[in-house]
Amino acid sequence: MSALVTEAAVASEGPDGRRRRRPVTGSLLVGGLIVALVLGMALLSFVWTPHDPTLVNSSARLQEPSLEYWFGTDKFGRDVFSQILMGSRTTLFVGFVAVGVAAVVGVPLGIVAGMGPRWFGELLMRGNDMLLAFPALLLAIMFAAVYGASTLVAMVAIGIASIPNFARLIRGGTLQVMKTEYVIAARAAGRGPFAIGLRHVLPNVSSLVIVQASVGFAIAVLAEAALSFLGFGTPPPTPSWGRMLQESQELLSSDPRLAVFPGVAIAVAVLGFNLLGDGLRDRFDPKLEDHR
Amino acid sequence: MTPVPDTAPASGQGSPDDVLSVRNLDVTVGGRTLVEDVDFTIRAGERVGLIGESGSGKSLTALSVMGLLPEGLRATGSVRLAGVGHDLVGADEARMSRVRGKEIAMVFQEPMTALNPTMKVGRQIAEVLLIHRTRPDRASARAAAVELLAQVGLPDPATAADAYPHQFSGGQRQRVVLAIALANDPALLVCDEPTTALDVTVQARVLDLIVRGVQDRRSAMLFITHDLAVVATACERVMVMYGGRLVESGPVQEVFTRPRHRYTQGLIGASDLTAVDDRGRLVTIGGSVPPAGQFPAGCVFRNRCTQATEACATRPDWISTGPDSGYACFHPVPESGAPGTGTPAIQEAGRG
Amino acid sequence: MAEQPTSVPLATPGPQTGPANAIDVRDVTRDYRRPRTSLRHPSPPVHALRGVSFAVPQGQRFGIVGESGCGKSTLLRILAGLDRPTSGSVAIDGRDITGLRERRLKFVRERLQLVFQDPMSSLDPRMRVGDIVGEPLIAQGHGNRRERVAELLEAVGLRADAADRYPHQFSGGQRQRISIARALAPRPKIIVADEPVSALDVSVRAQVLNLIADLVDELSLTLVFVSHDLSVVRHVCDRVAVMHAGQIVETGDTEQVYEDPQHSYTRRLIAAVPTLGKALSGVSAADLNQEYRP
Repeated sequence: MSALVTEAAVASEGPDGRRRRRPVTGSLLVGGLIVALVLGMALLSFVWTPHDPTLVNSSARLQEPSLEYWFGTDKFGRDVFSQILMGSRTTLFVGFVAVGVAAVVGVPLGIVAGMGPRWFGELLMRGNDMLLAFPALLLAIMFAAVYGASTLVAMVAIGIASIPNFARLIRGGTLQVMKTEYVIAARAAGRGPFAIGLRHVLPNVSSLVIVQASVGFAIAVLAEAALSFLGFGTPPPTPSWGRMLQESQELLSSDPRLAVFPGVAIAVAVLGFNLLGDGLRDRFDPKLEDHR
Repeated sequence: MTPVPDTAPASGQGSPDDVLSVRNLDVTVGGRTLVEDVDFTIRAGERVGLIGESGSGKSLTALSVMGLLPEGLRATGSVRLAGVGHDLVGADEARMSRVRGKEIAMVFQEPMTALNPTMKVGRQIAEVLLIHRTRPDRASARAAAVELLAQVGLPDPATAADAYPHQFSGGQRQRVVLAIALANDPALLVCDEPTTALDVTVQARVLDLIVRGVQDRRSAMLFITHDLAVVATACERVMVMYGGRLVESGPVQEVFTRPRHRYTQGLIGASDLTAVDDRGRLVTIGGSVPPAGQFPAGCVFRNRCTQATEACATRPDWISTGPDSGYACFHPVPESGAPGTGTPAIQEAGRG
Repeated sequence: MAEQPTSVPLATPGPQTGPANAIDVRDVTRDYRRPRTSLRHPSPPVHALRGVSFAVPQGQRFGIVGESGCGKSTLLRILAGLDRPTSGSVAIDGRDITGLRERRLKFVRERLQLVFQDPMSSLDPRMRVGDIVGEPLIAQGHGNRRERVAELLEAVGLRADAADRYPHQFSGGQRQRISIARALAPRPKIIVADEPVSALDVSVRAQVLNLIADLVDELSLTLVFVSHDLSVVRHVCDRVAVMHAGQIVETGDTEQVYEDPQHSYTRRLIAAVPTLGKALSGVSAADLNQEYRP
């Protein structure tokens, strides 16, 4: 092959103007910081809280914020700040369980629905639609009625209710990937559907999974708060932002701060996960990336 | 940066016939220069081709002229359009929007994305007429739109005006885009690879319509493409771009039959599918086009050029060979040399 | 030869003397049904292929020319066993592949490989080049993959260390070389190339065409080369079939078809191709367009 021209074998790395990573956006940065903060609070709560968050102290009921009690105390004399710290654990636990359940079932389901014959995919998606039409909170309440109220039960229910979101999104992504020439090439090379799903489809829809996971995280946190507020979520004495909100209800007029601290914590955490999801979408979404 | 050559490839500035004059145009992003010191003039009614491969900066040059550079890219230098009182480089969006669609219009490569999918094409054409107040009212704008659709050869233009973009084929859509671009009789029509996405027979028709459209209006045209044959067919003059710089320019006949720059020579050789060696192999240029912004310093072509010497590490000056022609090369093809007689630029790629 | 063509009752190509044709396509049709747009009437079927027949002898370079929508992509998918004809038969090396189940198509996967048009979308962006090129080898249980991948990369003019990089780190021409290396991995005898150079820069196109020519010579491959550009096909191929609206309207030796086209569509196609030579001798855009008006 003497006449063969050897191209400079490899284009140098770094900025090549073709497919560069997008810069870190504001929402990615802020979202990441907030999520890191929640994570930090949860880790901190394992080693240190100013007070025992579950310690009922009748001599220190409804204290205003002070150096001793940074966010004050509730009607049982428990330290609010310690509860917020400890509650972040519940929040993260909730997110991981719900998103984990949804992703572990939803992602393979979406890939199978996208790779299988058309009628099969349609069938799965119609079933999906039915589940989607079922309110997540109602499912969680039913689960709580059957299995008893606990954080885990509530979150498994929320996770199951979120499966359709994942499945639908991933099916869409899978259908796109299946049309690409590299999948056709893999088929022409004799790769079976399992290998194609694992080696080509999954890596190429992974960015969608990450984005949907962060959004699902926010939904789960909100759902846990709502369920705890209704009394179907985390049972006492485990601190939970949602239940703190519920307990503050009767004292709303006299001690609004009891509602404000957990309320702000929930809002900021949800905002953080949503921003992170948006930021990741901007950065990773292959549909945006492929057009230079 | 190497010093700016003082000789411009075009004739003296400010001739009354000049429609577009681009002077010392640079386009940069971050610290990288993607277009460097581009300098040319287009006169009324003149059809000028700008050819180059990926990363040559040809599309960025067109977008700078239109004031449509993507965010983050910065143009410096000067782009003046006859009849417009301000420089187009650095003009704000409000000023540019008064110029675009009126004095200067553009036809893009992808006709589907250039049209609004939710709007009937007749209204889209009428809109450019009404925005620039070249027609007094809706009724006359609509009539003009139908007339324009007829001019670009759409059968039954009155019905076509009431159709949506997705109801047309790719070639027909490109004709609608052309109708919009020509609506206000622009002084300059910029075409960026307008026929690249089209089939051969459709390309022939669209090309014909473009050339006729600008001829009828005595509009000037800047035609950007990678296809030498298309430029040679549609244009009178051609500028060759590589690595963000103009490397050669001149009348089509001259540049394509007697190229002076080694890159132009290689390009002509490589695109000639009838010239083969004794083994039936085509003439090639060695190596590959570097990514944008990573061309060598000095002569941008020197890492692929068989004639390169140490002298090429400094930037070659522009050598004018006529009012509209010139090249930037230290080792040009000798003037007597016929095309393709030079040794084919087959070489081992130098740098990795 | 395990299986004889069964779906062609009469026109068996004489007694099977000598080697079978690399590709034998007989009266292939392919209809698609569009999704319904109306509740009352089913959508009319789209006839993507309407009775296509041709044969490619071993070692030939066969060109298929046509514009978008002419059915050439459908034809390629059927040749590669990725789609099935509605009727008619396709034989690869004398073995009928129509109606075979996926696992019986293994010999097609070994004998015939594809090269695609867009060197970006045909390479998985999340896989390393070594894994891309080696993928057909895994499928066939090939041992010692790394060595073979390095050998393949060198055969297409890339350095062996390219294996550790990702597709986006390469230029268009280099990516097309990677795509060709992948196609060669299972040591196929037939390469089907779908517009392999139309997305490439002019200065790189000649390199890739030369590479394909070198490999076809050296490995004695049969080449099916699909393009919209008759001048590229003219350079590459011995024979050409011109497709239009799902049918082959003309077949012949490339030079002959180019110099003396018989069908009116072929004449239109040739007339509409702009070339440097034509342009410099004064052929204008109007001429390209006018020549094909009936």
